[in-house]
Amino acid sequence: MSSELDTKTESTMWTAKLRNSWQRNLPIDKLLPDTQPAYVASWIYIFGVLTIAAFGDIIVSGLILSFAGPAWYHTSSLGLFVNSLHFWGVQLFFVFMVVHLWGKFWMAAWRGGRFRTWLTGIVAFLASIGTAFTGYLIQTNFDSQWIAYEAKDGFNAVGIGAFFTPTNIGQIMLIHVALLPLVLGVITVWHVLLVRKNGVVPPMDAAPEGGN
Amino acid sequence: MNVPATYIHFTSWLQISVANLIVILVMIALFTIALLTPFPGSNTKGSHKSGDHK
Repeated sequence: MSSELDTKTESTMWTAKLRNSWQRNLPIDKLLPDTQPAYVASWIYIFGVLTIAAFGDIIVSGLILSFAGPAWYHTSSLGLFVNSLHFWGVQLFFVFMVVHLWGKFWMAAWRGGRFRTWLTGIVAFLASIGTAFTGYLIQTNFDSQWIAYEAKDGFNAVGIGAFFTPTNIGQIMLIHVALLPLVLGVITVWHVLLVRKNGVVPPMDAAPEGGN
Repeated sequence: MNVPATYIHFTSWLQISVANLIVILVMIALFTIALLTPFPGSNTKGSHKSGDHK
């Protein structure tokens, strides 16, 4: 293809518009930086990536659990180990995410045009709660049975029991292993891309860009 | 797992399971340590090549 054709189609093709927008907002040096501002050298800034690391552990161990099934992870020693990796990965995921949330809240991380970064973080937090809840429902033990039968009364009381039924293990299983991880993964990628685009929020006393 | 949780009853209306209390205390401890502990090599680097203040 000649470059003439390229330039003619750039303004109208959706692919060209998307490419131009991407290059304008998130050039490759911002997408994959090799330096960060000096204020990022603090332990409070590592909890975001720790949360993503725990999320990786959850995804990998969850894939193994879904392929092998409950008969394996309730009985064999290796299955119990992978089940524990999944469970404790979730505990660490929430601990890291809450510390990350506290850090960002107290430095007002929505400053400087970062409101969408903050908002995607909140949505990721809410989606994580739903994912964890559906996970507790499919432990296939007495604990999950108790949680499901307590929760169904709550869901019925607010009128959504017809659409979301905690005792329907097929529905909950699919929501937990397919829908919510996909939603959470997409939101997380979006969140990280926004961090790359807008940069890490500076401390309050070091912010040259003012607040809103 | 699969056994009833142990609860601490502060008052008639305020109670919390020991497991949840431990998790909350661990998060508060992590938050405090992260703020107070110096990061290795963070004092005089001054690498302000941020590119994030656009």
